[in-house]
Amino acid sequence: MSDVEGGTPPVQPFGQPEGRLPDPEDSFGQRLALAQRAGGLVAPLLTVLIAFVMGGLVVLITTGKNPIKTYQAIFDGAGLNWFFQIPWDFDSVAAFNLQQTLIQTTTFILVGLAVAFAFRCGLFNIGGQGQYLAGAIIAVWVGSSFEHMNPYLHVGLAIVIGTLMGALIAGIAGFLKATVGAHEVITTIMLNWTVLWIGVYFFGLGGPLQNDTQTSVPVSNDVVEGAKLHVFWGDPLLQGLHIGIFFALGALVVYSLILNRTTLGYGVKAVGFNPEAARYGGISVARNYFLAMAISGAFAGLAGAIDILGWQFRLSTGDVQTSVVGFTGIAVALLGRNTAIGTGLAALLFGALFTGTSTRNLDPDVFQPELASNLTLLIQGLVVLFVGVDILVLWLLGRARRRKAATT
Amino acid sequence: MTTLAVATGRIRNPLRALAWAGIVLGLIGAFIALPPITTRSWVPSLLLALLAALAGVWAITRGEKRFGWYAIATAALGFGLAYLATRSEIGKLETVVVWSALFASMLRYATPLIFGALGGMFSERSGVVNVGLEGMMLMGAFFGIMAADKLDSWFLGLLVGILSGGAMALLHAIWSVHLRADQIISGFAINFLALGITGYLFIDIYGQEGTPTDIPSIPAVNLDFLSGPLGWLGDLDWIGGQPAGVFTAIGLIFGNLNLMIWIALILVPLSWVVLFKTPLGLRIRAVGEHPRAADTVGIDVYRIRYGAVIASGMLAAAGGAFLSIGFVNSFNENMTAGRGFIALAAMIFGNWRPFGAAAACLLFGFSSALAQRLPEYSESAAVLFQALPYVLTLIAVAGVIGRSIPPAADGRPYQKQ
Repeated sequence: MSDVEGGTPPVQPFGQPEGRLPDPEDSFGQRLALAQRAGGLVAPLLTVLIAFVMGGLVVLITTGKNPIKTYQAIFDGAGLNWFFQIPWDFDSVAAFNLQQTLIQTTTFILVGLAVAFAFRCGLFNIGGQGQYLAGAIIAVWVGSSFEHMNPYLHVGLAIVIGTLMGALIAGIAGFLKATVGAHEVITTIMLNWTVLWIGVYFFGLGGPLQNDTQTSVPVSNDVVEGAKLHVFWGDPLLQGLHIGIFFALGALVVYSLILNRTTLGYGVKAVGFNPEAARYGGISVARNYFLAMAISGAFAGLAGAIDILGWQFRLSTGDVQTSVVGFTGIAVALLGRNTAIGTGLAALLFGALFTGTSTRNLDPDVFQPELASNLTLLIQGLVVLFVGVDILVLWLLGRARRRKAATT
Repeated sequence: MTTLAVATGRIRNPLRALAWAGIVLGLIGAFIALPPITTRSWVPSLLLALLAALAGVWAITRGEKRFGWYAIATAALGFGLAYLATRSEIGKLETVVVWSALFASMLRYATPLIFGALGGMFSERSGVVNVGLEGMMLMGAFFGIMAADKLDSWFLGLLVGILSGGAMALLHAIWSVHLRADQIISGFAINFLALGITGYLFIDIYGQEGTPTDIPSIPAVNLDFLSGPLGWLGDLDWIGGQPAGVFTAIGLIFGNLNLMIWIALILVPLSWVVLFKTPLGLRIRAVGEHPRAADTVGIDVYRIRYGAVIASGMLAAAGGAFLSIGFVNSFNENMTAGRGFIALAAMIFGNWRPFGAAAACLLFGFSSALAQRLPEYSESAAVLFQALPYVLTLIAVAGVIGRSIPPAADGRPYQKQ
């Protein structure tokens, strides 16, 4: 918790070049290193590969099952085999699985952007989970009230309020960072748990938002038909793919536009690179800290609202307590190197992994789904672990080079 | 420590002592409205609360901000509690407020937090942020119960649990000290890994049935003599109309506590001595405040940090092992459920100091103990007590009640020259 006074950012701005262009004289290793620091494909791919290989070893050692077959079953469970089943059948089992994967991807894109945007300002938003829950909680309230409202207005209202709620929760952390320099990691962790328990209070037995008819079940009211997002692929009753994915894709574009085409984005990035220099250049560091956090939270709040209106429709105390969506956003942003495209791809990877290992989708004859879902957590942990240390790769490369230099 | 100073008659800081007096008055204000005294009138509590607030204001205006605010907060909370108590039925009040049971369960809830918070303190005092406490605690909980089951010994279970937390911490140390990775990312990776590893092995080994019920557990320390020879004092029945006197209550609270609770209580002063009264503690603090200076005078920064981080993992894991084989005697996936983060919060709330952190743990433990009994009044509102630690910590870091200031080099990797 280093920079209480708002000094250097605690986190290296990932995916930023070292301020040096590749030189034709560079060795292969140096070029590779530069490519990695510049957010090249090599380090993330290597990270994923290492994580999957280690996960495979775990499968092999503990169960003696063929890891490749297991991964293939997860691949099929995620519906990714649909792309290879030409001609494409839009009603097949694979298509259904793929819809589930894309529903997950939608969420992960948004929570990933929530973490990535703050990273670009040199802030570590660990509070994606709380902001996501805040958006979901308020969206389920709006969505289940106002039964006779115009559907378009209703959906719009729920989404806007959910987004604002996420921004508000993250804004608290941003405000505290900007004014008294309270470290955002600590405040967002505290906010996560505060929101979690408030959610449990709301939907718990006797809570203010608990179900009106099922008084013995700790769950919210159901979102009314009019407030549900339109399902454009698959059966709405079987949780088909809803239009939320276009919100997520749109958010990727907005993210990219804000950062690269607006004054706001310039300020955010400048503060992320070097707050002191930004301050010297006349950019308000405090203002950008606050805005970066609020926008981050808006992405996460939107994710929560879309999940509720798109497929969950209700929220139980169990959902609130067991959800880890926001934390996956950290892995998504880190793996995607805080770029829009990278975040989209990383979200797809984790979306597929989570869907492919769920009890509903994984073939239990090949691998026990309960084990596989823990395997997913393990792989996620390994990805986060290794993505943080491209310095390890750099060090290995550097040592090889030094050795070469010593012998010649 | 002011409490110690007051106890020995050497009052080093009269303002802080005054603030403490305010805190005590606020607590008394709440206490008299509750069983066994149960005044049934809020007037005396209000008077005491006003006195407490006055002491707080006096201390704040003369420079003792932190404890002054504590006194005001205690006054407000104490009066609020007392007012609610006078409004409630006596019968309900007496089932909820059973001091001996509340204190015993406060100690049980606080113990894993104390282990975690002390662990986090060592790590952060040496300059390594440890948000992986949760994961290390979870490792201790799972491997503790697994080893206790397979090796049929609670001691070996505890040992293996502690070692598993140490192993996780070693990983965190390699990443944050040698590889200079971002310590928060590495800590979070530890949490995910621990969740994955323990969940995977739990399903693989125990499946859907869960852990067996006949696992050897960490024993309780029987101190029956507390209610024996001293018990007659209780018969004098000199406080209120409570059937059991103060000494019997002490017997009830401390007579049958788990071994790990005693160890946690002993570790608090021990950590204080190590951190503030030994050369090792000075080195740890030097490395956390100014690693370059420490390096210059010949302290091995890396070795100190490795040691501190591994110790922190082992302590957190001991807390986890207490959860699984000392407290509930079973394991389920993600059983720590945020306790590692509460420990982190307690450490920050306690300003990176052993007694402060332990006091925060006891406060948070008390709120858990109360939350467990409050459903008598309202099922859902009791849940809000669970959020209390986090809200209080938010207020603390926001600087309303005196700023919490971390070690200067906390979170910064150090590169040797």
